[in-house]
Amino acid sequence: MNASLDYFNDTHRMVRDSVRKFVEKEILPHIDAWEEAGEFPRELYSKAAETGLLGIGHPEAYGGAGENDVFMKVAASEELMRCTSGGLVASLGSLDIGLPPVWKWGSEELKARVVPEVLSGKKIAALAITEPGGGSDVANLRTRAVRDGDHYVVNGSKTFITSGVRADYYTVAVRTGDTGFGGVSLLLIEKGTPGFSVGRNLKKTGWWASDTAELFFEDCRVPASHLIGPENGGFFCIMTNFQMERLMLCVMANMTSQLALEASLDYVKQREAFGRTLAGFQVTRHKLAEMATLVEASREFTYRIAAKIQAGQNCVKEISMAKNFATNVSDRLTYDAVQLFGGMGFMRESVVERLARDNRILSIGGGTYEIMNEVIAKQMGL
Amino acid sequence: MKVLVPIKRVVDYNVKVRVKADQSGVDLANVKMAMNPFCEIAVEEAVRLKEKGVVTEIVVVTVGSKTAQEQLRTAMALGADRAILVETEENTQPLGVAKALKALVEKESPDLVILGKQAIDDDNNQTGQMLAALTGMPQGTFASEVNVADGKVSVTREIDGGLQTVELSLPAVVTTDLRLNEPRYASLPNIMKAKKKPLDTVSPADLGVDLTPRVKTLKVEPPAERQAGIKVASVEELVDKLKNEAKVI
Repeated sequence: MNASLDYFNDTHRMVRDSVRKFVEKEILPHIDAWEEAGEFPRELYSKAAETGLLGIGHPEAYGGAGENDVFMKVAASEELMRCTSGGLVASLGSLDIGLPPVWKWGSEELKARVVPEVLSGKKIAALAITEPGGGSDVANLRTRAVRDGDHYVVNGSKTFITSGVRADYYTVAVRTGDTGFGGVSLLLIEKGTPGFSVGRNLKKTGWWASDTAELFFEDCRVPASHLIGPENGGFFCIMTNFQMERLMLCVMANMTSQLALEASLDYVKQREAFGRTLAGFQVTRHKLAEMATLVEASREFTYRIAAKIQAGQNCVKEISMAKNFATNVSDRLTYDAVQLFGGMGFMRESVVERLARDNRILSIGGGTYEIMNEVIAKQMGL
Repeated sequence: MKVLVPIKRVVDYNVKVRVKADQSGVDLANVKMAMNPFCEIAVEEAVRLKEKGVVTEIVVVTVGSKTAQEQLRTAMALGADRAILVETEENTQPLGVAKALKALVEKESPDLVILGKQAIDDDNNQTGQMLAALTGMPQGTFASEVNVADGKVSVTREIDGGLQTVELSLPAVVTTDLRLNEPRYASLPNIMKAKKKPLDTVSPADLGVDLTPRVKTLKVEPPAERQAGIKVASVEELVDKLKNEAKVI
């Protein structure tokens, strides 16, 4: 936990303390109930905004804390994960993938109107790329937007959209041009636009506190001024956006591992079998030593890549490696933690049960394990 | 009016501390440090008084190492206006700290000093009382409610068997108990603002005080480990054990 403090400065540490208190006070007392209910109160967005949490990683001009401090984002995200619910973190943080394209490439009018509302927690932003017909194959998405005067007419559907039920603003990938990556654009579509409807809250293995939805567009007329970035230039925007999303997924995976390790350490000191605590068995101690080693290595790897991103280096290959490494580790650690807990690890009252369920998505979302390997191989010149 | 809030950097309350192998003290290497929880309550109370318009300036102070600047910054992020670090590498003890605070009281002339009733590291519960004695100010300790009006502060104290309310003429010393308030957490914009607030460093010599420890720690031991409980078969056996083994009846 205190390793590599040199990546973090005093301000980062203060932000870390503050987010930890926010989690202890505003989330932890309720999280079990929210998980079972399948959602958390919408007010949490404005409470998080008041502490400045939502603004981290977004420009100061629109009420954010600045977009260039990678380790502040890492510190805050690590502490937020201590709420033990990946779903809450994903939904509360959906602005981190939905909003950056808006303030990076949106029109001045769009930025000035949309970004402050989202950063103040009044409105929710989401990113919509994946379609029922495919997720990883971004270049071949099928939702079509046809220009008609000063509007685009959108037809198609999106699925597995985090914050999909409750969002107000959706950054949607659409096809405006020919087949392939050169025909993709980003459009900001608002809830309530005629022709745009949202499906039910999808039931999932994990991330229960997160609302996930399917979106439908039927002759949905979107003002042309809602185009984000150049027409047919959306693929580049989407790929650029992936870098921070993947870094956040690394942090989520590492914290999932860390929490599984901490819960296991507590449990093995209390649980007795055959006349001694589980920690009294060498096989347990060695298992925990290996778990701790893996978390340490994965976290250091992620921090290193975060430092490279901070320095402005191109890390497409490395961030993909770090994501695969981190999710490999979290797969192993959540499995081992449940195994150490035994029957108790299968019970919803154990935090490791939730961690194991929530972990499953981490090697799928934001680019699957296999897509990450494709990216790495391509960067290696294969 | 001006409030002085002395605070202390201690081991975070979540940390399970361990005694050093040589029994010279608690192992602080790589241990998370934080502001003493009672001090957080003192800062919060001062900030609330400022928000009510009673207080105009909050000066936060600590006696300790350079690293304690972190806690001073935190206090400023919570709402204190400026900070003073009395820098020393000595192991701080209540009398020394109270003397340093007396010197600062003479320099700053606060109308009120609010501080935690005790720090969770040494649990001395002495500094506030000593400061009151040294300066001749009235004291209201273990406060669960504080009201300032007409040059007086009324302090509701948690005492054995109930609550007692005392009225003190300002300037006065108030020490905070756990139930006085629930401290806020610092928002990010306030953390950023705190970086620009003034933080002065002075040495004990500047204040004319000597912080050399007067009390020597001979040995620190962890508390005895709790033994597992046993089940008794009958009331007779229980009474017998309470009488003859535990010797409590």
